[in-house]
This record gives sequence, C-alpha cells and structure tokens, in this order.
Amino acid sequence: MVDIPFDPVAGIPPAEVGEVELYHPRSWWTRYVFSQDAKVIAVQYSITAMSIGMVALVLSWLMRLQLGFPGTFSFIDANQYLQFITMHGMIMVIYLLTALFLGGFGNYLIPLMVGARDMVFPYVNMLSYWVYLLAVLVLAATFFVPGGPTGAGWTLYPPQAILSGTPGQDWGIVLMLASLILFIIGFTMGGLNYVVTVLQARTRGMTLMRLPLTVWGIFTATVMALLAFPALFVASVMLLLDRLLGTSFFMPTLVEMGQLTKYGGGSPILFQHLFWFFGHPEVYIVALPAFGIISDLISTHARKNIFGYRMMVWAIVAIGALSFVVWAHHMYVSGMHPYFGFFFATTTLIIAIPTAIKVYNWVLTLWRGDIHLTVPMLFALGFIVTFVNGGLTGLFLGNVVVDVPLSDTMFVVAHFHMVMGIAPIMAVFGGIYHWYPKVTGRMLNDVVGKFHFWVTFIGAYAVFFPMHYLGLLGMPRRYHDIGETSFVPASAHDLNAFMSVAALIVGFAQLVFLFNLVWSLFKGKDAGGNPWGATSLEWQTPETPPGHGNWGKELPIVYRWAYDYSVPGAVRDFVPQNEPPSGVAAQGAHP
Amino acid sequence: MSAVILFMATIAAIAGWWLSQQRLAAKPWLEEGVAVDFRGERGSSVPAAKIGLGVFLAVVGSLFALLISAYSMRINMVDWRELPLPRLLWINTGVLIISSVALQWSLMAAHRDDHEGLTVGLLVGGASAVTFLAGQLVVWQQLNVAGYVVASNPANSFFYLITAVHGLHLIGGLVALGRTSAKVWRGAPMIQVRLSVELCAIYWHFLLLVWLVLLGLLTGWTDNFVNICRQLLT
Repeated sequence: MVDIPFDPVAGIPPAEVGEVELYHPRSWWTRYVFSQDAKVIAVQYSITAMSIGMVALVLSWLMRLQLGFPGTFSFIDANQYLQFITMHGMIMVIYLLTALFLGGFGNYLIPLMVGARDMVFPYVNMLSYWVYLLAVLVLAATFFVPGGPTGAGWTLYPPQAILSGTPGQDWGIVLMLASLILFIIGFTMGGLNYVVTVLQARTRGMTLMRLPLTVWGIFTATVMALLAFPALFVASVMLLLDRLLGTSFFMPTLVEMGQLTKYGGGSPILFQHLFWFFGHPEVYIVALPAFGIISDLISTHARKNIFGYRMMVWAIVAIGALSFVVWAHHMYVSGMHPYFGFFFATTTLIIAIPTAIKVYNWVLTLWRGDIHLTVPMLFALGFIVTFVNGGLTGLFLGNVVVDVPLSDTMFVVAHFHMVMGIAPIMAVFGGIYHWYPKVTGRMLNDVVGKFHFWVTFIGAYAVFFPMHYLGLLGMPRRYHDIGETSFVPASAHDLNAFMSVAALIVGFAQLVFLFNLVWSLFKGKDAGGNPWGATSLEWQTPETPPGHGNWGKELPIVYRWAYDYSVPGAVRDFVPQNEPPSGVAAQGAHP
Repeated sequence: MSAVILFMATIAAIAGWWLSQQRLAAKPWLEEGVAVDFRGERGSSVPAAKIGLGVFLAVVGSLFALLISAYSMRINMVDWRELPLPRLLWINTGVLIISSVALQWSLMAAHRDDHEGLTVGLLVGGASAVTFLAGQLVVWQQLNVAGYVVASNPANSFFYLITAVHGLHLIGGLVALGRTSAKVWRGAPMIQVRLSVELCAIYWHFLLLVWLVLLGLLTGWTDNFVNICRQLLT
C-alpha cells in the first residue's frame, strides 16, 4: 500500500488512505475488548443493550402476571410492582432502544454507509461504550442494594421519587440518577462521533442528498439527543442534590409521616419541564432511526426506489426541529394555563404532517413494487401498521380535552407501547435480520425468523389492542391491584388475564430470536457479500464481514444515490452506489 | 424555559443556514457521477476535531441554557433570598479573562511560529485558569463561613451548582490544555500544535462567555436587561 501521510487539515479523505490514519489493534484485548473499531463497539453496544433488555422483558412478565392474576403470586407485592414498572420503562426507553439504535446501529452503519474507514474519534468512541457499560452496571446494581431499585415510575417525578414510602428511597433512586448521568456522559462521547463522522468523513461523491435514509435518521436523532439529554442531566443532578444534600430545587414544603420535612418552596413542575424537554425529543430519538431503517428495508425488499426521497429527508429534519416545542403536552394535567395547553396541542398536531408524509411515502414505495416477503420486509410492514396505530391514538392524546380524562389510564400505556415500544422494536428486528448477514457473514434462519415475526406481531396486538379498551373504561395505570371497583366490569379482569398470557407468549418468542442469533452464527447459511441485492455502500465491502478499515486499499467513490432499484435498461435490478455510470471507467472518474 | 428556547432557536438558525448550503433541493435520482460533489471545489475545509468541538460546545451550551432556564423559573418562588456575592468573584472574573487572552496570545504565537510566545501563553493561560478555580473555591469557603450553605436557600443551591458545573468544565479543559502543553514540550510539529492550541483557545473563550452570562444572571444584571427590553417592546 502506498503510504500517504494523514493530513488533519484535509476535509475530503483522499481516494487512497495511508496506514497512519487508522488505529491498529495489536493484541487480542485491543481487538475484541478495548477495541476502537466502530464495528466491534457496535456489537458490544448491541449485546449489552439486549442483555439489559432481557431483564426488562422479565420484569414485564412479572408485571403482567400480577395484573392478569392479582393475588395469585405472593412474591409480588405493591412495592415490587412499582419497582418493576419503573425499571422496565427506564431500561426499555434509554438503556435498550436509545443505546441500540444509536450505539449499535449507528456505530455499525454510519462509517460503512458513508464510505469511511472508521469513526473520526475512535478512542472517544471506545470510551463511550465503557461509560455506557458502567451506567448499565450501576443500574443493574440497584436490584441488589438494600431497599431495591426505585419505584418512582420511569418519569421519577419529585416529590414522591425521593420521599420515604416510595420503594428504593435509600439507594435505588441515588444509583438510578447516577446511572442516568453516566449514560448521558457516555452517549455524548458517542454522539459527537456519529455527527462529525457524517459531516466530515463521507467519501468522494457522497453528498448529503445521496445518504441512505438510515444515516439521515440516525444523524438527526443524534443531534436531537445531544441537545435534549442535557435536560435530563440537569434534572438528574438537581434531583440528586435534593436527595443527598437536602437542597430544595424541586421539593416543596411538605409533611412526611406527620413531620415537616427539611424541604421547602421548590417546584415539582420545574422538574416536569426539564424531564419532558428531554422526554419528548426522546420519542423521536427512538423513532427517527427507525424511520430511516424502515425506508431502506422497504426500498430494498420491494426492489423499488424510495418514493419522495427529498420529502423524506425534509420530513426527518422537520420532525427533529418540531419535537423540541411540544414537550408540555405531557403535562396537561399539571395545572397549566389553558392557552399554554392550546399552544402545545397545536404544535403536537402539526408534527402529524411530516410524519404522515413519511407513512404515505412508504406506502407509495410499496405500491406496485416487487415485494419480497422476507423477514426484514415483514417486520418493516409490521412497523408501518403499528406506527400508524400508535400515531393515531397520539392524535387523541395530543388534544387537551381528550387527554384530561384519559390521563394516567391504560389508554396512555397502550398508546406509547404501540408508538415507541412495539414499532421501534419492529424496526430493530427488521434491521437485525437485514444486516446480520453483513455483521456475521451468515443468514439468520428464515423459518425461525418468520415464526418470530408472526408470534411477536400478533402477540403484541393481543396485548396492547385490548389495553386501549381498558383505558377507555377508566382503568388506571401503575396500580398494583385494581380490586373491586364499580366502573371496571368482571369481563375486564378476564381481558387482563388474556393479555397476560399473550405477553408471556410474546416474551417466549424473543427467546427463540436470541436462540436464532446464536445458532445462525455457527450454522447459518453462508450469506455472501450482498444477499439482498442492495445498493448502499455497506453491501459493497471487499470482505464480509467487513475487515478492519472497511474498504481494503481504496475508499469507494460514490456515483449515485442509494435507491437505484429496478432501473430501466440496467443489467441487474439494482445499481450499487459505487458503480460508475455506464461508459465511465472507474479510473477516469477522478475529478 | 425561554432561555433554552432562545438557545435552541439559535441552534436551529445555524443548522438551517448550514442545511441551506447543502443543496437539499437536489434531485439525487437524476444525478449520476461525482461531479455533483461540490465539496472539492471549496478547497480548504475545517478539520474534524474543530467540528467536533463545535458540536460539543452546542451540547455544553444547551446544558447551561437549561440551568439558566431552571434558575429563572425557580427565582420567582417566594422563598428565594438573594445571597451577597463576594468581591473575590470580580477578581476571579478578571483572572479568567487573563487566561483567555493568554491562550489567544499563544495561538497567535503559534501562527507566527514563535515557540517561546507559544509556551509562555500556554503557561500563563493554564496557571491563571488554575488560579480562577482556586479563587472559586475560596468564594465557596467565604460563603460557607458567612452561613450561606448549599441547602439553606435555593439561591445558594443554584450558586453552588452553577459555579460547580462551570468549574468542572474548566477542569476538563485543563486536561486538554495539559495534553497540548505536553505536545509542545515533546516538540511536536507546529501544524499539529496549532490545531490543539486553537481548540483550547476556542473552548476557553466559550467558557469565558458562559461565565460572563452566568455572572450577569447571578448579579441580577440580566433581569434588569430583560426588563428594559420588555419595556421597550411594550
């Protein structure tokens, strides 16, 4: 290889890149454990996220057992139930979905899709993973400390979050806040990498408007996360100080167990503002990468270019910007001024427009496409249906007058599980089935995959469809046991039992998926370099799985966008991004 | 939350301006070949580390904007009692300005290939930053002795929190400055040193700016300023 010295001032990487630029692992430890290679970091992120996600899955089983068969299981008391819902929510939203989409998919796909050899700051990238792991360990430790994890609900609202009577008041809440602070520090390190890599390390010819939508989704979500997570950081630090030093940032004057507390004058609403200033963008931090992944899956597996690429990009950017001015729609019942609620209801409904554009474009991409019902495609279709479903109930809840009676009922639980639980996890599964061949060189088992999809899809609907109805009945969320109430009929209890059985089956299907991941690693069908006939750069690597530095001797040169499927007159039904235009030899194309 | 909304609007304006330069109206399905990649025509481009620092400053800016938002919401509650700001704070501010100026001096020396000026600038910058931090600790000490402890009033809590967060960011900067100085000590080529010094200087100026805004907030100047603006508007 010709040795071209790395020039830190140059913006565009030269076609041929010398050895100096790239970090090289020298031992087993630096290759597989303390690795600075984004691909290894991505796998580390994914395995850690899925491991802690399994804990959250088991917690959901325990919650469903209690809800479906109250009083049957003596080992679940009210305190534990509260701890289960808190940890389930927190793990799923932050430690699983955020970490998996940005740390997992982001790390693996960004350098490959933009045609870079690695992230721009590999060392910081490695630190990001280890700080994330530490955050996960601190979180997991709360299960073993005296008093157990916090039971404050995933929103951690003060004052109850740090008062006695809430489980985990001694240690659980302190470690939870510490873990969140660590997570945000770790994420910021990774996030800087994702953003700057997209901005600075794109290969020749890779303009922004030629990026696959997956990169657009992850990029925009990362920018949002970088700006929104500081709100959770500030809220966590201040709540921690209230708990540990007795300050009164959020804590009002109150009487606890007949005694006046040391707190006074603080504002719980202030916490809600800070929390939801992070919390609402968080929904789109999880949704935008899913949007991007789904766009790519649909286009590839329907063998058709994405409909309205420009509109898709603009919609992603618009959603990202708008999501910062809707946060208070989570606070309609906090006693806010009605005009305030009116403003936030309006901005909330406006977000439906770019979102609807995306849904129409997916459907129009499918229209008269050559749809291959592969497992990734099934999950992509499942995503669209589920996302529309959850999005529509979002329109209900976005209106103040509808939200007020539905607030804190199972309807809300059903809504957000549909829109940011089931839908993003469908995108995660679709993405894993789609890119697993590139990561490992082997296909996931198709039959097991289809079983996994159908059980998950139908099962998830069996759990969450009836839950809307329970919410309309007025069944409150976060209750350990409804008991005997006049407004909840006996049939609702039967429905609860049915949902619990469905939830157990869905959970079981995820174990089958994990088995598939491990089994296919050794026994899966050989995938080859490009099993789906896809156009984007990650499928054009010289080796599969991609080697260190991704591209061998020369960086690829990009000649077209990522969606040239079924081009009339072309030899194959896809034209890779790095294939020169007909009649132009690769050598002659240097500008 | 108006402070953070204002901050986000600024970020959105910058992002919007940048996006407007990126030919987002291009029709990629009609364009083949590498000719549409206009980055080559621009010539020199900004190094990745500088962009990285810019993004990081946006994150830090968001953090402080949120702290300011929380401060301005909490200040309206009835239990707020102003705390007297020690005189030393003004001296500390002066020291931080010296630190920033010294690093700027150092950067200019690096551009002139003036090795001695570079070293002196880095030393003075680092030493005065450490002095600033020590001064802030003394301020804490004075307030503590005078009975303004962290939990006795939200005004105190915010003062300690805001100064601590700012100080921690400066400590982080000192780590980077230490590495830069080590690089100079080892005699690294000037082109590498120049970039490192420039990044340190930008970070220092940013932290100085943040400190001046925070000082305005803590002394109540910002309140007066906002009130004047409000009167002008109504």
